Amino acid sequence: MENTMTLTLKVWRQNGPEETGRFETYEVDQISPDMSFLEMFDVLNENLISSGEEPVEIASDCREGICGTCGCMINGKAHGPEKATATCQLHMRKFSDGDTIIVEPWQAASFPVIKDLVVDRSPLDRIIEVGGYITVPTGSAPDANLIPVPKDAADTAFDAAACIGCGACVAACPNSAAQLFTSAKVQHLNLLPQGQPERWSRTEDMVETMEEYFGSCTNHGECHEACPKEIPLDFIAYTNRDYVKSKRKNRKLLGQTS
Amino acid sequence: MIGEINSKIPEGPIGDKWSSHKFNMKLVNPANKRKFEVIVVGTGLAGASAAATLGELGYKVKAFTYHDSPRRAHSIAAQGGINGAKNYQNDGDSVYRLFYDTVKGGDYRSREANVHRLAEVSLNIIDQCVGQGVPFAREYGGLLDNRSFGGAQVSRTFYARGQTGQQLLLGAYSSLMRQVGAGSVEMHTRTEMLDLIVHDGAARGIVVRDLITGDVKSHTAHAVVLATGGYGNIYYLSTNAMACNVTAGWRAHRRGALFANPCYTQIHPTCIPASDEFQSKLTLMSESLRNDGRIWVPRSHDEARTVSDIPEDQRYYYLEEKYPAFGNLVPRDVASRNAKTVVDQGLGVGPLKNGVFLDFADAIKRDGEETIRSRYGNLFQMYERITGEDPYKTPMRIYPATHYTMGGLWVDYELMSNVPGLFVVGEANFSDHGANRLGASALMQGLADGYFVLPYTIGNYLAPLLGESPLDENDPACSTVVNEVAERTQKWLAVNGTRSVDWFHRELGKLVWNFIGMERDKNGLEKALSEIPSLREEFEKDVRVLGTADNLNTSLEKVGRVADFFELAELKARDALERNESCGGHFRTESQTPEGEALRDDEDYAHVAAWEWGGTSNSSIRHKEELTFDNVPLTQRSYK
Repeated sequence: MENTMTLTLKVWRQNGPEETGRFETYEVDQISPDMSFLEMFDVLNENLISSGEEPVEIASDCREGICGTCGCMINGKAHGPEKATATCQLHMRKFSDGDTIIVEPWQAASFPVIKDLVVDRSPLDRIIEVGGYITVPTGSAPDANLIPVPKDAADTAFDAAACIGCGACVAACPNSAAQLFTSAKVQHLNLLPQGQPERWSRTEDMVETMEEYFGSCTNHGECHEACPKEIPLDFIAYTNRDYVKSKRKNRKLLGQTS
Repeated sequence: MIGEINSKIPEGPIGDKWSSHKFNMKLVNPANKRKFEVIVVGTGLAGASAAATLGELGYKVKAFTYHDSPRRAHSIAAQGGINGAKNYQNDGDSVYRLFYDTVKGGDYRSREANVHRLAEVSLNIIDQCVGQGVPFAREYGGLLDNRSFGGAQVSRTFYARGQTGQQLLLGAYSSLMRQVGAGSVEMHTRTEMLDLIVHDGAARGIVVRDLITGDVKSHTAHAVVLATGGYGNIYYLSTNAMACNVTAGWRAHRRGALFANPCYTQIHPTCIPASDEFQSKLTLMSESLRNDGRIWVPRSHDEARTVSDIPEDQRYYYLEEKYPAFGNLVPRDVASRNAKTVVDQGLGVGPLKNGVFLDFADAIKRDGEETIRSRYGNLFQMYERITGEDPYKTPMRIYPATHYTMGGLWVDYELMSNVPGLFVVGEANFSDHGANRLGASALMQGLADGYFVLPYTIGNYLAPLLGESPLDENDPACSTVVNEVAERTQKWLAVNGTRSVDWFHRELGKLVWNFIGMERDKNGLEKALSEIPSLREEFEKDVRVLGTADNLNTSLEKVGRVADFFELAELKARDALERNESCGGHFRTESQTPEGEALRDDEDYAHVAAWEWGGTSNSSIRHKEELTFDNVPLTQRSYK
């Protein structure tokens, strides 16, 4: 094959959460620039299986950049060198023949390693459980066009809702904070009229649950740099504002509009 | 062998069937709901919406997913939109029109009663999703926007940029997590269903494997709901996610549930072609691209010039030439089959000659690059990221890929399989799309089943069971199945052959694609039926699964799924062989009009083929459920 690459991979191997991990060095050749990064790992794993060595566990599912299953540190960067791109959408044409690539799992105390490059991100679900929803039991919603939503508001809510929950923001943060994830989830709902009745309790509950699991935000902005969906930092500011307000809102008076 | 199959379609005019059935069904009193336990497997649109709604109603729900979070299910990847007969655009849409279009689009192989119900509840789905905060596209006045999709003549599709599936799933997931927080749903992530427990003629529970610890155990309940998606990964290359599989449904089939119409598969015309042997999946590009792109291949087999040097008269715009009225907008199956024809003739483009051009040069000349960018910017970006080519400068290369499977476990009008207590919702069942699914209807069906159909119909099954406890998890009926599953898992580790699971999956996929793909004929299907079993034997003797069963082991997860795909592949070939007609996504070369269109045989095949497991993969028994069309007259499709 023309233009194929030979690469050296330094891959983190770890048998379980309590085991000691280590880097293993592997060489892969015949890598086409049109392959995705994960397909390059498929090649490595085929080679490992042929030689009787256990394949590397690396998470992925949709391989279209939308499900949020994949993600690892590639040469020290969450999801690798290409901006706004999840690991599964990173292609080998971004690398050169002869490169050495260091591949590690997300690193955060709240994301323990399950095996090799796969981590446990379940604390993200805990944050949603306490308030990442609008209480609307099935069948009770009014007609969809009853409440107009100004287009700019709907579009901004969408920008927040685009979060794929991959955890790159936590992995990239020097404090392992989950502010970008949490703020995106909070603001998706807080920006919409349907989300107003629960706005203050939602913000309070989600932020406080986040703080039980994750570090604190000190405005580095690394999360935004790593985010495959480029979620804006503005949402963190909106959430901080809502959190402060939530502490002094008299919930009994929320029905009053002025 | 099972007796007569009964679809339980209610009596009465089509528009009254669902409301009268809802009235006639038995109810479970609110205080009694907590006495019933329900298992829901799968947390995509159908599973998450079902589990959330059942939890809200007060049932004790256990939900299972093999993902690390319920939000990852592959519903998330749907791009286009969701249909709802709201008629917000005042263009003459109605429940009846959506019903009519869906029956016709399914090429008259679906049940009228189910489809009408689907169209009715489509209205409630849109309300529900907006209530949850799904950020659908809006007009400047703040009201919802719609578009026409997949050739529909009315604008009834609601959408959220190119990420409608993601937004709807996040809505269903948020409702589900609310119930998890409230304690009414117990969520089991990274837990895969590997068998069904059937005892005294009814579904009593499931056997699952914890994918982290490898523990195999049973969970029992009053009813089991499968929301486990489609079987498109039987082709190896498809637009499905890597882990999508048929195992839950197939294991239920082996325990007695009928599997209906396995030959019905939808092939999507606009996907990015494979770049090499290591291609792991295919990516779909929204078919809205066909609104402005022109599809062509060079007329000459050995065209070596760059695209811009190929003169107009040496370009073969095959869809525009063959179908002047519809041109590049012919339905999915027609577009797909024609692409295959030209590629098979050796006219394909790209390094592997495995695609056709989708060319925007004329559209850019006509409307300007900015207009095209505003319409398709994100799709063009996605294409460039994957292929490294700039579609503003050089035509896209596309080729069809497997996308959705209309077949699945047989269910009656209440979404219950022939095994009492086993319900099947979403893509995993066979019911609403007939032989071909319309664009923007998959999301609608998943949510219809989960939010608005199953939560009512399951009560009709549960009500008489008041006072009965679920099967004891220590009952021999459970431990026998647990042991079988554990042994089956260990067996794969002991084979210690020479080839990986993926190797066998890829080889199986090639057979299925070549012989049970876009076009099927008797010879090919017979060949598939002789080659699949021999490849399976080789697989059983020569597959290599390393590692252990007590730790995360993706190869071990995959091997069982591929084993089930092998058995399904044989059934799929038999089903395609026995259905000696063309309909929708099932095209038999022997049955076509003089113009090369799918030719149905309504006399002999206006029925559902529901297969009963016969003990081995080649002894399945074919049952028929006759379909009647009282409202939508049977006509032949024509796109000339």
